[in-house]
Amino acid sequence: MNKMEVKKFKPGNWTNQIDVRDFVVTNITPYQGTHDFLVGPSERTNKLWEICKAATLEERKNNGVRALDTETISTVSAFAAGYIDQENEVIVGLQTDELLKRTMKPFGGFKVVQKALAEHGVKPNDKLTELFSKYVKTHNDGVFDAYTTEIKKFRSLGFLTGLPDNYARGRIIGDYRRIALYGVDALIESKKADLEAITGPMTDAKIRLREEVAEQIKALNEIIALGNTYNLELNRPAETAQEAVQWTYMAYLAAVKEQDGAAMSLGNVSTFLDIYIENDLQEGLITEEEAQEFIDQFVMKLRMVRHLRMGAYDEIFAGDPTWVTEAIGGLFEDGRTKVTKTSFRFLNTLYNLGPSPEPNMTILWSQDLPQNFKNFCSKVAIDTSSIQFENDDLMRASRGSDDYGIACCVSHQSLGKSIQFFGARTNLAKTLLLAINGGRCEITGTQMVDGIDPIEGDVLDFDQVMANFKIAMKEVARVYNDSMNIIHYMHDKYYYEKAQMALIDTNPSINIAYGIAGLSIVSDSLSAIKYAKVTPIRNEDGLTVEFKIEGEFPCYGNDDDRVDVLAANAVADFNNELKELPVYKNADPTMSVLTITSNVAYGKKTGATPDGRAKGIAFAPGANPMHGRDANGAIASLNSVAKINYEDSQDGISNTFSIVPKSLGADEQDRIDNLSTILDGYFSRNAQHVNINVLNKETLIDAMEHPENYPQLTIRVSGYAVNFVRLTKEQQLEVITRSFHESM
Amino acid sequence: MGTHDGPGIRFVVFLQGCNLNCLYCHNPDTMKTSGGTEYEIEDLVQKAIKMKSYFGKNGGVTVSGGEPLLQSKALIQFFKRLKEEGIHTNIDTNGRVLNHFTKTLLDDYTDLVMLDIKHMTEEGYEFLTKKRHKQTTFTFADYRESTGKKMWLRYVLIPEITNKPELLHALGAYFKDFNSIEKIELQPYHKLGVHKWEALGMDYELKDARENTEEELEAAENILKQYFKDVKRN
Repeated sequence: MNKMEVKKFKPGNWTNQIDVRDFVVTNITPYQGTHDFLVGPSERTNKLWEICKAATLEERKNNGVRALDTETISTVSAFAAGYIDQENEVIVGLQTDELLKRTMKPFGGFKVVQKALAEHGVKPNDKLTELFSKYVKTHNDGVFDAYTTEIKKFRSLGFLTGLPDNYARGRIIGDYRRIALYGVDALIESKKADLEAITGPMTDAKIRLREEVAEQIKALNEIIALGNTYNLELNRPAETAQEAVQWTYMAYLAAVKEQDGAAMSLGNVSTFLDIYIENDLQEGLITEEEAQEFIDQFVMKLRMVRHLRMGAYDEIFAGDPTWVTEAIGGLFEDGRTKVTKTSFRFLNTLYNLGPSPEPNMTILWSQDLPQNFKNFCSKVAIDTSSIQFENDDLMRASRGSDDYGIACCVSHQSLGKSIQFFGARTNLAKTLLLAINGGRCEITGTQMVDGIDPIEGDVLDFDQVMANFKIAMKEVARVYNDSMNIIHYMHDKYYYEKAQMALIDTNPSINIAYGIAGLSIVSDSLSAIKYAKVTPIRNEDGLTVEFKIEGEFPCYGNDDDRVDVLAANAVADFNNELKELPVYKNADPTMSVLTITSNVAYGKKTGATPDGRAKGIAFAPGANPMHGRDANGAIASLNSVAKINYEDSQDGISNTFSIVPKSLGADEQDRIDNLSTILDGYFSRNAQHVNINVLNKETLIDAMEHPENYPQLTIRVSGYAVNFVRLTKEQQLEVITRSFHESM
Repeated sequence: MGTHDGPGIRFVVFLQGCNLNCLYCHNPDTMKTSGGTEYEIEDLVQKAIKMKSYFGKNGGVTVSGGEPLLQSKALIQFFKRLKEEGIHTNIDTNGRVLNHFTKTLLDDYTDLVMLDIKHMTEEGYEFLTKKRHKQTTFTFADYRESTGKKMWLRYVLIPEITNKPELLHALGAYFKDFNSIEKIELQPYHKLGVHKWEALGMDYELKDARENTEEELEAAENILKQYFKDVKRN
């Protein structure tokens, strides 16, 4: 680092070692003002965006894919430079040589690539097919070599779903700022020093780490090569604002060229980039129009990221999301805000380019954010339904880091210091049914878990069900943990994220990220058993097919402690079971209450439940109350979710909240003020996350009938947003059946 | 909780019983002085405190109805407790009660009064409310003005009945110099409450009235803007 040129910026620890946070803390210009300074898109930006919009429309009309490559394995430097319209691009770079072209990344699983291509009537070239059939092993091959019969059973019957065993795990966030701040040469130097320092005795862990760091160095060299194809000197630090944006984008682009992880977040780059922009503005090198143009074009490129997916993927991750999640706002530990003018400029892209699900802009909400910024965020949420909010005060205190991104939808990840191993989720509602069916799958009758006695008597007894449920949770957790250890061992071995890991400290801390689905079903079922009289109706095999419910019971979502505590306890109980189990690479277990859009698929695989839900009906997403059961207004619903303890679910607690504009207030200013107040209120109760949709149901119904009128209609679903018209009919209907709060 | 019952987000308590019988009442179930659920004051205070995190800088508690001032004596206890808890208080009233208890309630414990001006003529007032003496409402307004405390006016716009230029000018002329008035809220007449009348087996006499057009609403707003600095459509 000693070669660093530090003429423009205040020096600090960052000048002596890789420490981007220190650079930001030392050089930030926090901004307290309003959004009045923002400007519209440049003519060049408009021209590019018109081309992108036309290309996106072509893509939608062509069964979701505009172009495919069947010849090349996508790596960081595999493709020649690609442009949208070179003369108008101030920020360059595409994943391939052509806009919206999807490529093969076969190391996750070659069969998946074959299937995805086959769905569009093409296949990989013969040489690749031969290689991957005979000689080259993938992550997917490795996992299925190691999976036990028991894991396969839990997986195929829907107790564990969406596991990253045939697609890339994603969720790792490279610290993409590092390339801009230090240049690749300095990063290579630093990694070489790390490699030298990893010496014997050569245990498995040391050998593995040496190999990983060596791979990272190769990836860094590839990034230099990638820069060369665009005539960018990525080996050195960025010197101007334009270069800082460009270098950061190239670092991210390297990641999405090499990997096709489900969620590949961007991190928290806006505050970092503001330092360069502010410097160039101060020096008179650029105008506000140019500053906005850099960000507009950067964001436009992020919107154009695509991966090759098979159709079945859409069940768990609907709408072709990429989760380019950018965390915006929040505070430093010292109480200063991280909000800068570039935080505003990022949000302004939702006006300049129109609403969009990507990048997945996530506001890190603190009670102490500047009020002007709070109100602008509320305005953007009301106008676009494209952003989400997470509790910065809560996460900063609980996770001990103020320089973090959001992995995927809701998960805190300290930038450059930690990573996570993504683990999809288990079906907690189906786990509860094991407790009532003697440990057998309620649909097939397969014995899943031993040691659960059949329920005696007709009416379900709460204490007996709870005792059985705890046995079931323990066993499901054990199998889940086994599967996760295998998956991440194999992912590291066959599809290691070398380009991203090159931008992260050599020995980062790791979270293993478990998850649950069906929380509201579990809590309402337990409530029914406890407060009403629930009699299972069983088929000739003794499996439950329906439940007779006599009497009333409180439902989760109405701020009623009697049932909300059942929800909070279920989360704590399952998390405690997971914490007991040994984890690959000594990762630290965390858990999320998040479903993405798998709530529909999970529901299909789950029989009738004691809350009165019929077989096959979709669950509520994430930690949401069940549709229509949160009948006491918006705030009561929020309060119930806020009772789930973040310490028991540190990977995140997702809540998707839809409200009709009128119930937020009579006019725009009232709505903005009231939404800011609601967010303050909700997060002051230690809630972790909320997606905000401000929409009338009628708009969505009209969009279903006339999709051509709504090309950019965006709606938050579960930790991310989608282009509504890209959802399947079934998913659109599910979104429409959700609670749209008409009263506060 | 509500966002259309005073400033910010509010915990709204609807009190049973009214001294008018307004044709367009959207809570006709609260007209009778009998019925309703009895709450202990302290229970209501606790419910409000539980929601305090959502009040922010502007929100608080609104009592509406029915006519809340019929229970002025009990409301003194309620509002006194709310003020001890630092909660903003607001009364939504027709202004037809002004006794010793009312004055204590208004002067000592009520941060904001929302006064509903039904009609500017005696005939119109009687037609809409089935009661005479519109002057009581104006006397109430004069009293609030004399105390120097805050007030909002509310006015329901019904085409041909209340939404007429001469009536709007009369409204503006009467109140334009009131220092207590922060804003006037126009409430476009809507038929959303009709089903409640039918459910209660009550006859809805305004059946033939129609909702305002956008142009009619704008015209009304423009007239009142000549008199008040803050005119808002609710």
